[in-house]
Amino acid sequence: MTVTDGSLVVTDLRVEFDGFVAVGGVSFDAHPGEVRFLIGPNGAGKTTCIDAITGLSKGSGSARLGGQELLGKPAHKIVRLGVGRTFQTASVFDELTVLQNLDIAAGLHRSSLSLLRARRGVDPAIHRALEETGLSRELATPAGILSHGQKQWLEIAMLLVQDAKVLLLDEPVAGMSLDERTATGELLGRVAATRTVLVVEHDMDFMRRFASRVTVLHQGKVLSEGSVAEVQSDPRVQEVYLGTAAAPSVMTIGREDD
Amino acid sequence: MKNLKPWLPLIGIGVLALVLLAVAPSVLSMHWINNLGKYCCWAIAAVGIGLAWGRGGMLVMGQGVFFGLGAYSMAMHLTLESAGPDSLPIFMILYDPLAPLPAFWEPFRSDLFTLLAILLLPVIVASILGYALFKSRVKGAYFAILTQALAVALAVLISSTIRETGGDTGLSDFKYFFGFVLSDDGNKLMVYLIAAALLVVCLLVVWQLGRSRFGELLIATRDAEERVRFLGYDPANIKLVAFVVAAVMASIAGAMFVPIVGIITPQEIGASASILMIAGVALGGRASLFGPALGAMAIGWGQSSLGSSWPSGWIYILGLLFILVTLFLPMGLSSLVGKVTGLVWRPRATPTATTPAPEFTAPEFTEVKK
Repeated sequence: MTVTDGSLVVTDLRVEFDGFVAVGGVSFDAHPGEVRFLIGPNGAGKTTCIDAITGLSKGSGSARLGGQELLGKPAHKIVRLGVGRTFQTASVFDELTVLQNLDIAAGLHRSSLSLLRARRGVDPAIHRALEETGLSRELATPAGILSHGQKQWLEIAMLLVQDAKVLLLDEPVAGMSLDERTATGELLGRVAATRTVLVVEHDMDFMRRFASRVTVLHQGKVLSEGSVAEVQSDPRVQEVYLGTAAAPSVMTIGREDD
Repeated sequence: MKNLKPWLPLIGIGVLALVLLAVAPSVLSMHWINNLGKYCCWAIAAVGIGLAWGRGGMLVMGQGVFFGLGAYSMAMHLTLESAGPDSLPIFMILYDPLAPLPAFWEPFRSDLFTLLAILLLPVIVASILGYALFKSRVKGAYFAILTQALAVALAVLISSTIRETGGDTGLSDFKYFFGFVLSDDGNKLMVYLIAAALLVVCLLVVWQLGRSRFGELLIATRDAEERVRFLGYDPANIKLVAFVVAAVMASIAGAMFVPIVGIITPQEIGASASILMIAGVALGGRASLFGPALGAMAIGWGQSSLGSSWPSGWIYILGLLFILVTLFLPMGLSSLVGKVTGLVWRPRATPTATTPAPEFTAPEFTEVKK
């Protein structure tokens, strides 16, 4: 893959918490056009990687978006460079409507003074994101009463309207029904056509169906990398998963933070 | 009815303006006009607290600091004006007739400087304080305690500097208000009308802020600060704006309080005064537009009617009221209105749409539905 403006290149990323090495020199890259998966057993450091890239945790090494170094910048500036993320728990603004949620996400480049005016009309980018995520009918619904799946889609829609070049999604299909998972996977495929999509996920079935490339993390290091088939046939990967739990299938793993 | 709904608050402000500016002066005695003016001052401070606490989630327990900045700016000016040009305030003469006027008093001889100080001092203090607190992500109880401690500190400072500030006795006996004789009923009415008009202006400001994109962002910051950060905003700046606006309102309130009440003491700006300001806001409904103002006025009225006729009972009634409201109407009495109109106007409206309860819905963010 060639490095483009929208490519995320992580080199030798290290994250330590009081001497405990959560991520110990991880390198991977993700490019527009692929749905990139980051998997691994509990405590492998997947979410920590995303936290470091987005400025939530302190990391050393390098994480570059196009030519821009991300590490060391404050979180909201990293977002302004074009890196958007979601969290394991859907965190939308419950008291605001879907439109208000999206309007806030679309507004990061608005001038401070224009914030003092009330909203007039709806940004076309918001309409496009609503259609893309199938939420058009929920425009005036308070986000708090959306279904769990809809909240996750709203989060993805928020990333679309903020025009993120890189979408970092932390367990986007957790808690979703099979139909919702399929819809989410197809949505990510469409989104990935023009943007870089990196998914941290535990759902192996979901990964098999929608991943273009996979990186397996184990104890803060990259264990294996490649296509789904390559990774699944890697004996080291099988050993890690079979060794950590008496799992019935090759890749059934528990959840982080459980 | 739907087209009318966004404009209802504006109509409400209009009605309140009519009552305060036209009806009240024609039906109330001068004694009650003066009292109403005092309630208006507390209401102005409360409107700011409603913005910072109700919509911004910052429990500002030390608004007495900013109330005090405005009040003492005004009081120093009125004291100097009453003393006459080039002469010392009477309380200073009593201590030492030969001592010079403290340097920080001197500029308050000027009308313009005083007005600027009332508006800009709180901006400067709140900006520095807010920047330091919000950038280092101080929030919740820590923020509340810190602001409360500042109110205590300022009250103690004033109490202990008797020669410079009048100490516990405070500043009083103002004869003139920017050239107007304060003992004159017509001028008293004018001062009341200024306070009432300022309350209306503050309500308009908060109404516009509430319907603006900033207002949506402020509520978003209150409910999920980290999420706002990851949408590319710095939550510290958003909170800072609301905090500064609230500080300016408290300062204006303090400044108007002085000519209306005729005395300012450290007691009016200390811990219990600051808490009483919060109490009115909580009672009325912190996140609503009118709740804080009406709550503060109700507390003020209770204070001067029941509080003077039955002082020992009033404090218990206030406490009981506070407990009941916190238990059964956490969003204040105004949420009752919302519930009722919600039933009348939109019978099939969903409960979450009509009862905003941020503190109690917030935990849902951390609830994992896996």
